[in-house]
Amino acid sequence: MAERYFDVRRQTGFTTVAMICFFLLYLPIATLVVYAFNDNDSVAIWKGFSLRWFYSAWHNGQVIDASIRSFQIATVAAILATIAATMAALATTRTKPYRGLTVKYAFINQPLMVPEIVTAVALLVFFSRVKVWTGYSGLGYLIAAHTAFCIPFAYLPIRARLEGMDLSLETAAADLYANRWNAFRYVTLPLLWPGILAGLMLAFVISLDDVVITEFVKSGGQDTLPTYMLGQLRRIVTPEINAISTVFLLLSIAIVTIFFFVSRKRA
Amino acid sequence: MLEKPDLPAIDVKGVMKVFGTGDSAFAALNDVSVSIRENEFFTLLGPSGCGKTTLLRLIAGFDYPTSGEIRLHGEDIATLPPYKRPVNTVFQSYALFPHMTVGQNIGFGLQMLGRSKAEIEARVDEMLRLVRMEALKNRRTSQISGGQQQRVALARALAPQPKVLLLDEPLSALDYKLRKEMQIELKRLQTETGITFIFVTHDQEEALTMSDRIAVMSAGKILQVGSPWDIYDRPAERFVADFIGETNFLPATLVAMEGGKAKMRLRSGVEIAATVAEGFAPGGEATIVVRPEHAKAVKTGGDLKGQVENVVYFGTDTHIHVRLDDGERFMVRQQNSRSQSCGFEAGDAIGVQIGADAAQVLRD
Amino acid sequence: MASAAEVAESREREDVRRRWLLSAPALLIIFLAGTGPLLIVLVYSFLTPGDYGDVKWQFSTDAWVGVLFERDIFDDTLSLASAHMAIFWRSALLSLATTILTLIFGFPTAYFIATRPESRREVWLFLITIPFWTNLLIRTFAMKEVLRNEGLVNSLLQFLRITDQPIQFMFTDFAVLMGMTYVYLPLMVLPLYASMEKIDFRLVEAGYDLYATRFQVLRRILLPLVKPGVIAGSILVFIPSLGAYVTPRVMGGGTNLMIGNLIELQFGQGRNWPLGASLSITLMAIVMVALLVYVRYAGREGGQHG
Repeated sequence: MAERYFDVRRQTGFTTVAMICFFLLYLPIATLVVYAFNDNDSVAIWKGFSLRWFYSAWHNGQVIDASIRSFQIATVAAILATIAATMAALATTRTKPYRGLTVKYAFINQPLMVPEIVTAVALLVFFSRVKVWTGYSGLGYLIAAHTAFCIPFAYLPIRARLEGMDLSLETAAADLYANRWNAFRYVTLPLLWPGILAGLMLAFVISLDDVVITEFVKSGGQDTLPTYMLGQLRRIVTPEINAISTVFLLLSIAIVTIFFFVSRKRA
Repeated sequence: MLEKPDLPAIDVKGVMKVFGTGDSAFAALNDVSVSIRENEFFTLLGPSGCGKTTLLRLIAGFDYPTSGEIRLHGEDIATLPPYKRPVNTVFQSYALFPHMTVGQNIGFGLQMLGRSKAEIEARVDEMLRLVRMEALKNRRTSQISGGQQQRVALARALAPQPKVLLLDEPLSALDYKLRKEMQIELKRLQTETGITFIFVTHDQEEALTMSDRIAVMSAGKILQVGSPWDIYDRPAERFVADFIGETNFLPATLVAMEGGKAKMRLRSGVEIAATVAEGFAPGGEATIVVRPEHAKAVKTGGDLKGQVENVVYFGTDTHIHVRLDDGERFMVRQQNSRSQSCGFEAGDAIGVQIGADAAQVLRD
Repeated sequence: MASAAEVAESREREDVRRRWLLSAPALLIIFLAGTGPLLIVLVYSFLTPGDYGDVKWQFSTDAWVGVLFERDIFDDTLSLASAHMAIFWRSALLSLATTILTLIFGFPTAYFIATRPESRREVWLFLITIPFWTNLLIRTFAMKEVLRNEGLVNSLLQFLRITDQPIQFMFTDFAVLMGMTYVYLPLMVLPLYASMEKIDFRLVEAGYDLYATRFQVLRRILLPLVKPGVIAGSILVFIPSLGAYVTPRVMGGGTNLMIGNLIELQFGQGRNWPLGASLSITLMAIVMVALLVYVRYAGREGGQHG
């Protein structure tokens, strides 16, 4: 009898399912992108290739407004969240346990643990009061909300980077006459940069993608691109949404690709 | 001996270091006092966990003593942060900054001291010459070998011209051949720079070959301070004698003190003269120590009698393991010659003759 | 002059104080735009609904009773709120089904990636990460493109003459399930991969060597080894599924509600803020319990978090 030989790396059943899985993962995205080039007023039926929906999206003031607003919020929130997360990571790593450390962990990770819809209604309730008290109804609320839920995402890679850092490097800096600030400026910070950059990008993508919290917090006329799209999906959909999605998709892929290479260089 | 008139480079007085509190409290250093002279190559020797690295960290300022004083040229530095102490360290892991070049690493201390660019540049070049690394100035520290990293770490610590250089087992990561080279290199650097070196190691051979003086540590205490010769030939305590080299312990009884030497009677009844550990006045029973190479194996006669248990050939010498008549074990190390064997085989009757100045009475 | 020990102690105190200062901005922001508002929601759940949304400052446990029961308008008797029950039930079932489906697809996929040569694993992993980081709304919308009446699936079915009328997938529980499975699949694959990557695959070979069949190898060797990954992945999929809002809204079309949508309704047309608040706290409590179970399990197993 021929000997049975199993190569564990070739589980054909598993490989087939995995291939189907990858196919199904990209099929809907591909469909969405293809229909963005549909030369038809309704998304329903394929009529022919055209770039007209990209053109129309570009000339849609609401889309441009929402895009700019999305970027404004994501930029400010990501920067604020990354700064706060960097400081928090410095405060919570490489120390023996002290009173309140666990509380800090719980606080920083809190936005990850609470369902988005719950945070969203909580912010709706709170901010609607604040809006009445202060009379202010600008982008500040959205930025504050985004900053809060971006902090844990920015915190993750920064903390990981700090914990992987050799403590003796800072000891060496102190030994070589670097005071606390100089040791941070010349040794810790340069070594921490890849983590901070990764945190910044994560925070940016997370903020850019948010629908639920933005939908509840925004005042009138404060649509971001995702909430604008959510609103449009209720109506009869034209391929314009596909075109916007396609551009958005490309942008996300670009950011993730950069992130991939930055973190690879780090390893 | 003449005392140097100037103050010691480092003076440690009654230092305690306790880690933890309550039941888990652990004294890493227990009332340690030691004076380290200017320009000397001083070694802290002991097994891991004896407190040698803790003492080094206290001198560097990475940790603070629970009590006691640490003086640098007379000034108490125990409370100063590390960046205010004119003391630099060569780390066991080297701790080179991975984001800087070799040159930037070496210049870091001077940069932090606010020296001018020109001065830093000149000093870095000088240091690179000193450690013979001129060609690698602009390399990243990840692109050089372990031995080269070691040299950069040395140059970096020496560049700010510290009053004292601390070396924390710096050679432990190197292979045997490189370690031998670096031992000579370190000694040369110390002589050339004239800086006081405090070297921590658990390797007795390293300590013996490089040091001017050695402090042997165990369980948070310094047991003996002395020249390598003192430590090897005149150990004060059993631990010191045992930790350094191979040795024989013999029980003996004091007969009389004669001119600073003790006359000791061995169990075999033979009486021999022995030096006495510093500051120790033996009375009655005591242990004496005899190095294997200071005893001689003889066919007849000898101070001790016994039977050969085992003969081990080592190339340069031969170890003859003897079971003495009173049951104790004794080892004789005998230089080999090309023409003849050691002349003993297992089972032979053997006599052991102890050299005229071979025995030392231990404190315990 | 202060002794070294006192200096050391004061430096340590100073270090802790500096650490509090450093973490203050993050803690403050999260408190203001997270934890604080959640506490307000807790307070609101014990108040009386206002006439036009908002609340009246009057203590009441009605909102909490209303989570599970409804009061008969005429005789004031309590009965189980069948509408709420249906939604809870649907949420639980759909979340569970999503978890199982992602596990069925995710497990072989993670296994496939983990058994690739090391240099190529990153690329496969990257392919999983891309959808993960692209907008959730866009991915849900993409799924809609596939399932809608004129979509890919229906076109294919009609082309193959399996049906002549398009099948109505959209706005059904099935569509919501498909959407959530699609959207949350990467959340299952990533922790599974993380635990599989560490496996020494010679163990599997040893299993075959000792006469185990494929199924036995899977059940007796692979599954116990990747259990922490399975648990982590299931939690990561189950929790957001339970609180899902966007996917049921787009795929379920306003009729096939889940808890998330029910909560939104209370702040929208229904305008019963206290009820919305108590529903929110309920959802949060369920999620917290799930997380606690996971943390305790992970702690006991000494497994890594996904």
